[in-house]
Formats: sequence, C-alpha cells, structure tokens
Amino acid sequence: MPTEHVQYQYKSTNLTESEPNKLREENLRSEEMIINLGPQHPSTHGVLRLEVLMDGEIVKDVVPHLGYLHRCFEKHAENLPYNQVIPFVDRMDYVAAMNSEHMYAMGVERMLGIADQIPKRVEYIRVLMAELNRVASHFIAIGTYGMDIGAFTPFFWVMRDREHILRLLEWASGARLLYNYIWIGGLFYDLPVGFENRCAEFVSYIKPKLAELENLLIENTIFVNRTANVGVLPLNLAINYGVTGPMLRASGLRFDLRKVDGYSVYPELEFNVPIGEGKKGTVGDCWDRTWVRMQEIHESMKIIEQCLGKLQGEHKRTREFNPQALIPKKIRPQAQDFYIRGESPKGELGFFFRADGKTDVPFRCKARSCCFSNLSVLPAISKEILVADLIAIIGSIDMVMGEVDR
Amino acid sequence: MPDFSEIVACAQGISSEVTTNEKSSPKTIIVPAHDLIKVCTELHQNPKMYFDMLSCVTGIDNGVQANTMEVVYNLYSIPFNIQVMLSVVLPRENPVIDSVTSIWRTADWHEREVYDMFGIKFNGHSDLRRILLPADWQGFPLRKDYQHQEYYRNIKVEY
Repeated sequence: MPTEHVQYQYKSTNLTESEPNKLREENLRSEEMIINLGPQHPSTHGVLRLEVLMDGEIVKDVVPHLGYLHRCFEKHAENLPYNQVIPFVDRMDYVAAMNSEHMYAMGVERMLGIADQIPKRVEYIRVLMAELNRVASHFIAIGTYGMDIGAFTPFFWVMRDREHILRLLEWASGARLLYNYIWIGGLFYDLPVGFENRCAEFVSYIKPKLAELENLLIENTIFVNRTANVGVLPLNLAINYGVTGPMLRASGLRFDLRKVDGYSVYPELEFNVPIGEGKKGTVGDCWDRTWVRMQEIHESMKIIEQCLGKLQGEHKRTREFNPQALIPKKIRPQAQDFYIRGESPKGELGFFFRADGKTDVPFRCKARSCCFSNLSVLPAISKEILVADLIAIIGSIDMVMGEVDR
Repeated sequence: MPDFSEIVACAQGISSEVTTNEKSSPKTIIVPAHDLIKVCTELHQNPKMYFDMLSCVTGIDNGVQANTMEVVYNLYSIPFNIQVMLSVVLPRENPVIDSVTSIWRTADWHEREVYDMFGIKFNGHSDLRRILLPADWQGFPLRKDYQHQEYYRNIKVEY
C-alpha cells in the first residue's frame, strides 16, 4: 500500500523496468559486454545515460537514454498564457537563456503581427544580450570540453571570464542564469545607466584573454592530439541527422540562421561565419568543432562592439524611451500554425506554435531543440573507437541536457 | 528557386488528394497518410527543391471533439533556402503513420518523442520506444484527455 511518508521504495528491478537496456545480454558475443555510462557522470554533461557495447577497449555501439531531466515544457506551455511561458523557455537551455527568450518572443511577435513595430533600441539590446550569452555559452562549451579530456586550467580561466558576463547580465536583468528579460513586444527594463561603458570595458578586457585561451587550449599539442581526426562527422550525415549550429559549420557548411534568415537587426551588423577547415586533421572532427566555437566568440565580440556603438549613437538612451511601451495587454494571436527558428549557440532553435484564436494559451507549443538533434548523431559517429574518444565526442557535441530533455 | 505552388504541383503529381493551407507560416501541404512516404521521397529527391533537412516533427492532438490527431513535419531545403510544412491528419483511435526515418535520420528521435507523448505509432521505425518518459509510464501526456496516474513507484504524481 502506498503511504504518504515513505515516498520511494527501493527495488532492484526498478531500473530495469523504468529504463531497460536496449541491448540484450543473451544476444552478445562472448567477448562483448555492456558498460553503463551515466546518468550521474561528470563527462556526460549532466544526466545523459549511455549504454555502451564494448569489445575490450573498442566501442561497438552506443545507445543514449534520455529523459532524466524532463520537466514537461510542452505540457506547461499548453496551460499557460504566452507571456508566462518565457520563464520556462529560460529553463530549457539554461546556459544561453537570452537566446531562447529572443527566439520565443520573436515568434509570438510575428504571430501577433507586431514584429516590425519593435523599436530599434529594443532589438539592439536583445541582440547585445543574446551575443553576450552566446559568448558565455561557448566559454562553458570550451572550458568543460577541456576538462573532459584532461585540461583542468582552462576551465577556471573561462569560468572567471564568464563571471564578468553573468554580472553584466545580472545588472541588466536581476538574474544570473534565468533572466526573463526579453518580453513579448519589448524588454523588462532598459539597460542600466553606465551599462554600455562597462560592457565596452569587458570587451577590451576579454580580447587578450581570448588569445591566451587559444594558446593554452586550442593550439595545445596535447589537446590537438586528443581531438584531431576524432569523431569525424561528414557533411551529408550531419544534414541527414538534422545537425545544426557550430557542429554543422565545423563539417564545412557555411550555414548560420542569423545570415540565412536575417532576423532582428542581424542584417545591419557585420560578422563572418567561420567554418571548419580541417586545419589539424579532417574537416568535421572534434578539434574543428572547438575551433569553430572559438572563432564564433571572436565574431560575437564584433557584434557586441557594433551594438554598443549603435546603443550609444543613433539609438541612445532617451528619457521618453520605454521598453515596455509596445507590450500587448492581451496576447491572443489569430488561429494559425507558426514555426519560428533562429540561431542559438548550439544550433537551430525552433518553436512550433498552433494558436486557436480563442484563448491566450497556445494550443500546442513544441520546442525544436538543437541539442536533441545534435545528440542523436552520437551513435552514428561513435563506432569502432576507443572509449576515451567517446568522451571526447560527447564533449564536442556541447549539449545541455536541460534542452535535450526539455 | 521554387515557390510554394511548384512544390504543391510536385506533391500533387504523386498524390491526388494533396491539399494546402496557406494561412500558416511556412505554408502547409496537407498529405494523406497513405501517400506520405511517396511525397516525402519525391520532395527529398527532386533536384528542383531537394528538401534535405527535416527540422522538426510535431504531434498535435486536436481534442476529443475534433477526434483527430496530426503530425506536422517542418522541411527545409538548404540549397534553395525554402521552408515548407507537411501535415498529416490521423484518426484519434489507433493512429498509425509510416515512418520517414529511411529518408531523414532526424525523424528517428523525433518520432520516438511523438510516440512517447501522443501514442502515435510509426510503421517501419526500427526502435520505437519511449524516449523522454520512463518505459513503464502509463498513458500519453500530451493527449488532451490525459489523466495522469495517481502513483508512480509509490511516489505521488500529483504535487
């Protein structure tokens, strides 16, 4: 009988019933064995469980098991008004919440038909915030990747630099990770007074640090030997698996939704789209993916500088400017299906909406998570490799389990 | 670059029952369930459109009154930079549809997620298990008439 005070009763069969292995032991050959990796393991970046079929040190097959961080985003979104979904959107990709908010707010604005009325200052602040958060996310990706394969120092360096970004974002929004700053039709607040100057100081601080990081980690011989020619992802396989973002670009396709779709004010900004060139090994290997992220940090710094110029120049702060002026009192889009996509640090983040036109609540809101599709390619590129290389490949995918499981 | 009417004409060449919905964004082609594989193969292979990326697969439950379910596929063509949605309407009792995993591998996990949340079965899917929920979870949570179980392993589900 279930009781109120004893919540969980341990049974040895619980694991096999709730998340059974896909591979059956009776089907294995005598030299093969199943190794369970995760879900609580630092190298799996959160709560990813991998069922690995091993022959000695060689990985024969990988079966990922997801869902340990499932928080029913889509079910919540079906029960909340559009504006109240934004905090849940934050919690999907919790290291790049501004980017998710930006995409979500943009989607609802386009459904309402107010997307072209958003003031330029609001758009520039959004892009500034999104790019700051992109840099923070790539810092995490590079730092933890270094730690996965044995380089401990760079992790502390990038966390130190990321702290400056988090403090800037905290100053603007009041929160360090989950901001709820970009609202449908505007922003929570205008930038605090002095933010632009402090941000410009940060830009000049970070530039030499990026060169240091590149010398310490990216060009490091040990790092290159561990990552070059490992986990090569061919371009046709990447596209077929729906891989996007830095992973797709590392495989050699110059494809960035900020350029392709040209949403927000990105068409007015100048930046390049780096692609993997196979400088240390093959195009699309783990080193290329890390290198592309490093180059993207440089490009994001360019965008931040241009945004700061605009925010201090033609779109500077005025007494009359109210970032909440356009926020609709009632958010009720017409009945329609709508798919919005944009470039988050990890790839194409999309939201599918179905509005019924009768309520303020989305009839269906599906998040197309970039990490979900990026992770699905893992079994295809981790065959006949060493188990140490499997860890290197997982790290180079840079998934956040919060977004995979939603 | 092909426009929407050309894509529709291409799909109609495969299946005569194709209709459209131009109110959505991107525009939608409504495909009958029995012709889905043929239409998808043509859209994927046709050199004039070449929809090489499947961005998203969404399941929708239209509710008990409408008594239908839907699966929406968001296709994107990288070389021609054009998006299109495919929509398939299914009956609410015993919804079954063909899997498109043989065309786009992305569909593998996305279809598992749709199965997990809506109980829509995908014919020809090699590994149709629950993906986000535990294997012994009861019911399909995103159906509109879903009632959650009272206890899961002695843990009260209602909070």
